[in-house]
Amino acid sequence: MSVLSESIREKIRALFPNYPNKRAVTLPALHLVHDEMRQVSIEAIREIAQLLELHPSEVHDTMTFYNFFKDEKHPLGKHRVWVCRSIACALRGGEELLAHACEKLHVGPGETTKDGRITLEFAECLGACEGAPCVLVDDNCHMNITPESFDELSRTL
Amino acid sequence: MPAFEPVLLARVNKPNSAALEGYKADGGYETLKKALGMSPGEVTDLVKNSGLRGRGGAGFPTGLKWTFLPKDHPGPVYLAINADESEPGTFNNRILMEYDPHQLIEGIAIACYAIKSNRAYLYLRYEYGKSYRVLEKAIKECYEAGILGDVLGSGFKLDIVLHRGAGAYICGEETGLIESLEGKRAWPRIKPPFPAIEGLFRKPTIVNNVETLCCVTHIVNRGIDWFKSIGIPADPNNPRDPGSYGPKLYTVAGHVNNPGCWELPMGVTARELIDVHAGGVWKGRKAKAVVPGGISMGFLSADELDTKLDFAGPGKVGCLGLGTAAVIVVDDQTSMVDVVYNCCRFFSHESCGQCTPCREGTAWMTKILERIRAGHGRLEDLDLLMEVASSMGIIPGTTICGLSDGAAWPVKNALTKFRPEFEEYIKLGRKSVDPVHYAH
Repeated sequence: MSVLSESIREKIRALFPNYPNKRAVTLPALHLVHDEMRQVSIEAIREIAQLLELHPSEVHDTMTFYNFFKDEKHPLGKHRVWVCRSIACALRGGEELLAHACEKLHVGPGETTKDGRITLEFAECLGACEGAPCVLVDDNCHMNITPESFDELSRTL
Repeated sequence: MPAFEPVLLARVNKPNSAALEGYKADGGYETLKKALGMSPGEVTDLVKNSGLRGRGGAGFPTGLKWTFLPKDHPGPVYLAINADESEPGTFNNRILMEYDPHQLIEGIAIACYAIKSNRAYLYLRYEYGKSYRVLEKAIKECYEAGILGDVLGSGFKLDIVLHRGAGAYICGEETGLIESLEGKRAWPRIKPPFPAIEGLFRKPTIVNNVETLCCVTHIVNRGIDWFKSIGIPADPNNPRDPGSYGPKLYTVAGHVNNPGCWELPMGVTARELIDVHAGGVWKGRKAKAVVPGGISMGFLSADELDTKLDFAGPGKVGCLGLGTAAVIVVDDQTSMVDVVYNCCRFFSHESCGQCTPCREGTAWMTKILERIRAGHGRLEDLDLLMEVASSMGIIPGTTICGLSDGAAWPVKNALTKFRPEFEEYIKLGRKSVDPVHYAH
């Protein structure tokens, strides 16, 4: 029973012509799997490796280098909320915002709320320093976030 | 001397600035046409003679780097666009990509023509989702308009592949980027060989920064005299000084009233950036320390704010260099111990782990600062910090890449320029009640 859907497999194969070898599709493939399945399981790693003609340990090596990807023991919630903790945000209240977020959602950084809605993470510089402190929600960056606007934002997720 | 006229940010406030239609209406892709009418060698010479230096952090002469490609190589030759912008405080590349993607694409096309590359990989940090969507759309517009593929019907073929990263600062290092693009962990390579000889997929590769490539378009359009009329000329008494020419994007963040990004001639001072453009230090306070170009560069002290922010200026006052020209202001109510801790924690998190002095050293510096912040510091910790910081990096010759030089520099600058504050923090076991005392 295949873990990767035919649709994901097609999307991965569609990338092959862009690179001189299949190994280079490792990171895009991991993203495709991770986005849909909210994790990259050991079985998914085996199937990615098979598609890419790599050894599973090679895919696992790449996957675990990037903290971005979650394994089967720590799947992502429906939404991923990153609060920046680097210097430009920290100088404008980023650390306090992260502490507030943890308290509000009753989780520590890296953890998912009990209802599975939100995974809270700290981020290193998100490159939106003109709007510090900032928060990345899935694929959208939000600037000038206060504890109040954070509460409002998390209510909508 | 004509008044300075921004070119890089000229279009960013226009409605629909990212669309091809508007870009073409403003003369977009005419420069690419012009370049296609020259030989690749002529374009390379033009860029080389303009004195353009890379804006990614190292400031290496761009045209010169292009000439390092082996002549008559059977190919393929690749261009890798470094859009991994992750140096804390830096966001100028993001603005260029989000608001004027075609300016970048035109620069990519001209560069590829010059270096005889038919394939460009745009390595974009994952967190720049809006840039990804904007670039994806712009690239699609280019294929539909015959600007990519068979470029403007010239017979020169070019494909641009957008490739997203996965949240690792080390992918901004050119060989870390290459390893990541190849599908592996982003462990930088030992150099030589340099990417121009052996890069992506072991083929000759040029890695260029986003802002650098945007400059290429304007240099080919307006010429060498225009580019060299802006900035700080090479020191005539120093044959090794390539000068700091051209317009530069400067970002200002931290404790200012109006953080943002401005395009100015190379060599503006930190003081002018803060007071004239960024609305001054916030809350009526004074600046205690100013990062000149991303945290890897260290700190200017309060009496070094008239330092010219060109490639040579920050080095004259003990900083690592101009870096990304991302200025970050720390006010006089903030403890430098807290600031340096934040920097060390960042580098420790982002160290790829390949080299022992960096992997262990960044962790040790962070732990020592944690201990100091928790009230358990000892005066000898400051000498220990200095010793650890001085033994990591390309400069002392102990690591493969420069991440650890960047990790060490804020520590070294802080201990040299703000030592009394650190000693006070250790003696008190906490931040001083009178931090203003150290902001003379």
